[in-house]
Amino acid sequence: MTKTQVPAIEGWFTTDPERPALLGTRCTGCGTYAFPRASAFCANPACPSTTFDEVELSRTGTVWSFTNSCYEPPPPYISPTGEFEPYTLAAVELANEGIVVLGQLAGDTTVDDLAAGTPVELVIDTLYEDDEHEYLVWKWKVVD
Amino acid sequence: MGAHDVAVLGVGMHPWGKWGRNFVEYGVAAANDALADAGLAWSDIEYVAGADTIRNGYPGFIAGATFSQALGWQGNRVASCYAACASGAQALNIARAQILAGFCDVALVVGADTTPKGFFAPVGGDRPDDPDWLRFRLLGATNPTYFALYARRRMELYGATRQDFAQVKVKNARHGLANPNARYRKEVTVEEVMSSPTVADPLRLLDICATSDGGAAIVLSSMEYAKRHTTNPVRIAAISTVTPTFPQTVIEMPNFSTDSSATVAPPEIGFKDAIAHAAYEEAGLGPEDLDLAEVYDLSTALELDWYENIGLCKQGEAERLIRDGDTTVGGRIPVNPSGGLASFGEAIPAQALAQVCELTWQLRGQATGRQVEGAAVGITANQGLFGHGSSVIVAR
Repeated sequence: MTKTQVPAIEGWFTTDPERPALLGTRCTGCGTYAFPRASAFCANPACPSTTFDEVELSRTGTVWSFTNSCYEPPPPYISPTGEFEPYTLAAVELANEGIVVLGQLAGDTTVDDLAAGTPVELVIDTLYEDDEHEYLVWKWKVVD
Repeated sequence: MGAHDVAVLGVGMHPWGKWGRNFVEYGVAAANDALADAGLAWSDIEYVAGADTIRNGYPGFIAGATFSQALGWQGNRVASCYAACASGAQALNIARAQILAGFCDVALVVGADTTPKGFFAPVGGDRPDDPDWLRFRLLGATNPTYFALYARRRMELYGATRQDFAQVKVKNARHGLANPNARYRKEVTVEEVMSSPTVADPLRLLDICATSDGGAAIVLSSMEYAKRHTTNPVRIAAISTVTPTFPQTVIEMPNFSTDSSATVAPPEIGFKDAIAHAAYEEAGLGPEDLDLAEVYDLSTALELDWYENIGLCKQGEAERLIRDGDTTVGGRIPVNPSGGLASFGEAIPAQALAQVCELTWQLRGQATGRQVEGAAVGITANQGLFGHGSSVIVAR
């Protein structure tokens, strides 16, 4: 039986197989980007706007810093395979929005493969599974 | 002396550890020690400000009332506040404002915590609207994840090494040896730090502070009131509890992302610099006036960040300070003579108060075994979740 793929959180990213992207907002008043999306107020203290356009954010960026997780975090963390395996994380400066976004690295990328400035792109990957579903999340992948 | 000074009449702490008892016990023990240190009775206290703990149930959320009841209801006014790691400093600030406004002459500030083993976890339940919950679910990002991002950034930008980080632990462990309130009183070597298991690369287990039980309390009064009870008291010259300024471009716990700097340029002074900067402005003092500092070493590498944030050196120069021994007791500007979080572990609502307790003992010349000679001005600095930070300047 094939499991149904569903985002682990609704409305934070697209799952386009070719060009997935984070979904953020751009303020209709001042142009400020936000991720996760703004809905009721703009982060810019000088901007009174309460309306925001949904936008796909840059799919590429460069590594600001990086680390890994060698011990299993407490709940609500769920291990993808049931057995804990260390994973790598990076804070990535998006190409155009002036935002740094945190994410896990896809695949077998380790801290030894990364440096400040390493170019990466966004991919969609499995966060964890249950009997019927495969829950998806965004991850970063080093650009070859 | 400033027009907005208040006096520290008494300080007290319950030793940090993993005692497994109710947090109220630690708070009451610290309060009684602070009252005894001030030479006052509980019945003399007009106002209680409690720093809240969010993991000990309802009594923790209303710490001011909880500690008042435990000490015995006597009709005093109360306040309770939660501000993550800055909770203690905000409670102190509330008490100071009451005193300076003339609503009371003498107040008691208390913070205490009981902590679980291991990583700090978010509040339980299914709560996908809370970024603190979501970061664990979607990213598996623990607190050490963020500490490690900052540590790696120092390595990438300034050539910091794991030895530099380890050296901070070695220094603080040595400082804490003689501190009766410290949880860990054991020397460690650079090799021991570096060979401890990696938690979040580049940080090892011994680079990251533990979570602890503990309690701290401060009796605060007007300078007038203090004159009637003591001579030359230690005084609070500034309390800064500023938020970041938009756009905050450094990723902070528990967030997924930073603000966008696409439309508004980042502020000239970043958040952690601004925390200390506001305190210096308020006190009319600067880094050159300091004799010592107590900073929030959640990780060894974060202590190096603080050297720059509180103005002990320029950005990228902190490694030189630790390598040269400048921040060791006996050096140019000792940092964390108490032993810091490395020797204490973190008891969140008590920690910012514990920093002020240490400065008070140092400025009175009572810090046996870790005394900074001739200490007259000290600063604290800390930062925690959700844009909270604090800095307190204590002077004699």
